Amino acid sequence: MSNAGLQSDAKKIQSSNPIPLEQLEHVTIRFAGDSGDGMQLTGNQFTNTSAFIGNDVSTFPDFPAEIRAPAGSLPGVSGFQIHFSSKDIRTAGDTPNVLVAMNPAALKVHLKDLEKGGMVIINSSAFTKPNLKKAGYETNPLEDKSLDSYRVFDIPLTKLNEDALSETSLSKKEIDRCKNFFALGIMYWLYDRPLEITLDWIEKKFKNKPEIIDANQKALKSGYYFGETSEIFTTHYHVDQAQLPQGTYRQVTGNRAIALGLVAGAQLAGKPLFYGSYPITPASDILHELSNYKNFDVRTFQAEDEIAAIGVALGASFGGHLGVTGTSGPGVALKAEFMGLAVMTELPLVIVNVMRAGPSTGMPTKTEQTDLFQALYGRNGECPMVVLAPSTPSDCFTISIEAMRIATKYMVPVIILSDNTLANGAEPWKIPHVDEFPKFEVNHLVEANNFLPYQRNEKTLARPWVAPGTKGLEHRIGGIEKQDLTGNVSYDPQNHEKMIRLRAEKVQRVAQEIAPLEISGPEKGDTLLVGWGSTYGAIASAADQLREEGLSVSNIHIRHLSPLPSDLGDIMKRFKNVIIAECNTGQLRQVIRGTYLVDAKGINKIQGQPLKISEIKSKVKEMI
Amino acid sequence: MSPAELALKKQDFVSDQEVRWCPGCGDYAILAAVQKLVPTLGIPKENFAFISGIGCSSRFPYYMNTYGFHTIHGRAPSVATGLKVSRPELSVWVVTGDGDALSIGGNHFIHAMRRNVDINVLLFNNRIYGLTKGQYSPTSEVGKKTKSTPYGSLDYPINSLTLALASEATFIARSYDVNTPHLIEVLKKAHEHKGVSFVEIYQNCNIFNDGAFKHLTDRTIRDDKILSLEHGKPMIFGKESNQGIVIRNNTPEVVTLGENGITEKDIEVHDEFGENPAITYMLTEMDHPKFPVPVGVFRKVEKPTYEHLFEKQVETVTQQKGKGNLEKLIHGSDTWEVK
Ligand code: SF4
Repeated sequence: MSNAGLQSDAKKIQSSNPIPLEQLEHVTIRFAGDSGDGMQLTGNQFTNTSAFIGNDVSTFPDFPAEIRAPAGSLPGVSGFQIHFSSKDIRTAGDTPNVLVAMNPAALKVHLKDLEKGGMVIINSSAFTKPNLKKAGYETNPLEDKSLDSYRVFDIPLTKLNEDALSETSLSKKEIDRCKNFFALGIMYWLYDRPLEITLDWIEKKFKNKPEIIDANQKALKSGYYFGETSEIFTTHYHVDQAQLPQGTYRQVTGNRAIALGLVAGAQLAGKPLFYGSYPITPASDILHELSNYKNFDVRTFQAEDEIAAIGVALGASFGGHLGVTGTSGPGVALKAEFMGLAVMTELPLVIVNVMRAGPSTGMPTKTEQTDLFQALYGRNGECPMVVLAPSTPSDCFTISIEAMRIATKYMVPVIILSDNTLANGAEPWKIPHVDEFPKFEVNHLVEANNFLPYQRNEKTLARPWVAPGTKGLEHRIGGIEKQDLTGNVSYDPQNHEKMIRLRAEKVQRVAQEIAPLEISGPEKGDTLLVGWGSTYGAIASAADQLREEGLSVSNIHIRHLSPLPSDLGDIMKRFKNVIIAECNTGQLRQVIRGTYLVDAKGINKIQGQPLKISEIKSKVKEMI
Repeated sequence: MSPAELALKKQDFVSDQEVRWCPGCGDYAILAAVQKLVPTLGIPKENFAFISGIGCSSRFPYYMNTYGFHTIHGRAPSVATGLKVSRPELSVWVVTGDGDALSIGGNHFIHAMRRNVDINVLLFNNRIYGLTKGQYSPTSEVGKKTKSTPYGSLDYPINSLTLALASEATFIARSYDVNTPHLIEVLKKAHEHKGVSFVEIYQNCNIFNDGAFKHLTDRTIRDDKILSLEHGKPMIFGKESNQGIVIRNNTPEVVTLGENGITEKDIEVHDEFGENPAITYMLTEMDHPKFPVPVGVFRKVEKPTYEHLFEKQVETVTQQKGKGNLEKLIHGSDTWEVK
C-alpha cells in the first residue's frame, strides 16, 4: 500500500469535516484498559498507522504482571504508550498528553502520569459502582471534580459500540470485544489518521470470519464518525510527516531485532544457528520468533531448564554450529557455571539477557539495567566475558550480528544485555540491506601438523575451532585448568596464572573491534553524560535539550561494556563532570570509577520504569 | 565403513594422558572394555565423542583418544544432546556416575531419557561419592555410614533403571565392571540401538566403598546372585542352572526347577522388545537378597529418535516455505517508504 493513497484518503474525509484541524509537532498517548480490552492491539494499530503515514514513532508497552488478574482490578490494567512526531524522536515520551481509560482501574493506575491539563478520554459506560469499587474509588471521579485539572471527555464507549453493532449477528460478549476498535476509531479521527491500514489488518487477521471482520470494521468506522459528528470535540489534530532518512522502513521491537540479527549473523558466518532456551519473561519472544525460521538453517530447542538450555547451545558450538541461548536475569544466574565452562573451553557462544527488574523473581514484566554486575562478574573464578549492550530496538539487530562475529573470531562467549524496554518497545527501522554487512566466514581447522588445541592466533588470541569429525585432530576439552598450548589438564601454578591472564587479555583484545565513541555535543567541556543500553533515547534527548538551553553538555553511549572502548578514558578526562545515567544504583558508575579513577556521578532510577528525559535534565541541572 | 577397512585397534583409542584413577578402581576395567569395543564398530575414530560431567568416572574422556568434553556436574546429557542434534552423524557417548546423573543431574537425566536422542549413557554406579572423598550417594543403601552420615544415611536409594524406565528410555541395560565380555556385549547392543541407550554399570570404588557389589559379582557366587537376561531365553540362573523366575499374580518369584513340578516351560521368558513395561519394571526392582540381580538388556523398543524428527522438521518446513531468504525476512511484510 502506498503512502500517498492513504494521505489523500485521509484528506478526503478531512475536507468534509468542519471542525478545525490544529497542527502539533508531537503527541504522546497512553491507551489503558483491562487486560481483556485489547489495549496492546489498539496501541499497535495506532503505531502502525502513524508509522505508515510517516511519523516517527516510539512505543512502550506496560504489561500487567498477572496473566489473568480479575477483570476491572488494578493489577489487571494493561497500558500502551505511543509517542508520534513530525520530528526525529528517541523515546516513547516522558509524560502522556492523552490518556484513554477504558475503565476506572485504568484511570486510577495511569492518571498520575498524565500531564497537567492533559486530555482524558474515558469510557464512562465502565464507571459502574462495582467497577469503581474494584478500582478503589469511593466516589465517581467523573462526578467528584477530582478530574478538574484535566480536559475530560467521558464517552459511553461500551454503549455506543453496542448500538453501532446492534444489527450484527454477534453475541453481546462478542460485540463488547469490538469496543477497542470503536475507541481507536475516535482516536484516528482526533489525530487525523486514515482507517485503511487497520481495516486491512482486520480483514487479514479475521480471515474466514466475515461477521467478526464486519463488526470490527464497523466499530472502527463508527468511532471515527462519532468523533466527527458528535460535537464533543471542538478541535482535532494533525501531526505532520517526520523528515526521516530516505528508505524503506518497518517497525521492529528489540526481541524481534535480536532474532533477526541472530539469523543474519549465522548466515553471514555461513553456519547453522542453534538456539537453546527455556521460557522466561521477557525473553521468550526470541524463542518464539526463531522457532518459525527453521527454513533459515535455524534450529531451536526448548530445554528442560535454563542450565540445559545453555548446555545444548554449548554442545552445538562444540559441534561446530553457532550456539546461542537467551534468557533473563534469573536464567543467567542458573547458567553461570556453564558460562564459566564456555570461557574455559574457549568456544563461541552468545548469551542474550533481556533484563527485567530483580532481584530474585523481582518484577518480571518491568524494566531495569541491574544485571550489569552479573554479566561482568557473576561467575566463580576469574572469568571475564565480552559484554555488549544495544541502545535501541533496531540496534538489537546490529549488536546480535556483532556478538556472533566477536564470538567466532575470538573464540569467546559473548553476553548481550538487552532489557524489557528494548525488547517490547518498537521504533521505525530503516531496513538494512544484507550486503551492507561484511561476511565473516568462519573457518574450522581441518588439518595441522603439530596440532595444539590451545595454540593461539597472534592478533586475537583465539584458539582453533576444530569440530568433531575432523580426522587426526581428536582432542579433549573441559573445565579443569588447561595447560597452555596442549589444553591438557594442568595444576601447574605458573601455568594457571598465565592462562588466567591469557583469557582476560583475549577479552581485552576485542577492544580493537570497537569503533571510536561518538560524542554528541562539544568534544570537551563542562559535562559529559554517559549511558549504556536502553537509556540511550532519554539521555541523548536530554543532552540535546540541555544544549539547546545553552548548557555545555555532551553525551556518549557505551555499547561495549567489556571490554570498554579504548578511547573512553581519554574522552572522560576532557570534561569537568562525568554523569552516568542508568536504571540501577550505579553499576556502570562503579566500574568506571574503578577502572579510570574518574569521579563520576550518577543519575539512577530503579522503579521498573525507564528513565525520562525530564528526570535526566533536572538531575543534570542540579548536579552541575 | 567396515571395521576391517578402518583397521582400528584398541591402542588407537588410548590417549597420551596418564590414567589417574586409584589403582584397583573398577573404572579401569570399563575403560579397557570400551577401548576394546569401539574399534570394532566400523566408525572412524574422529566420529566418536565422549561427554562427561563431574566425578571420578567423568575423567573418562581424557583417556579416550577421540573427541571429548569434560563438562560440569550433572550437565553432560545437555551438552551431548546439543552435539548429537546438531551433528547426528557422530557417535556420542555420555559417561556419568551415580551422583552426577541421579543427584545433581537428575533433571537432565530424565529429559535425556524421554527425548530419545541417539546417545549412549553409561552410568558408573559405585554407590558413593569418590571424587569428594566418600560421602553417601543417591544409590547408597539406607543406613550407610560415611563422612557425611556418621550415624547412617536416611534416604532411600534411587534405582536408576526404574527411573530410566519411568522416563520411557527405549534401551535399558545393566552390566558390571568385573565381567568384561558381558560388559562389551551390553555396550555393543547399546551402541547398535537407535535412540537413547542407558547402561548402568556396577563399579567398585575400592577406596571409599570397597566391595559394594562383591556379594553379587564375586566370581564364586556370581551365578547364584546374578540373573543374566537374554532375549527369548527363560530367566534361569544358579550354579546348577536350576533356579528360575516365574510371575504369579503379577509378582515375580524364585523357583527351583524340578521342585513342585516346575519345569523350564513354567519359567518366564525374557522379551527385551516387550511393550509391557510392567514386567520390565518388576525386573528393574528385583534385588538382593530376595532375588538374583538381573543384568543384560532389560528393554529395547523402537521409537523415532529426537534428532531424526528434529532434522525432518527442518526439512519439511524448508520444503514448504522454500529456503529462507534473509533479505525478505528482514524486510518483513509491513513496510513503508520515506522519500
Ligand atoms: S575414589 Fe573410588 S571411584 Fe574414584 S578413582 Fe578412586 S577407586 Fe575409583
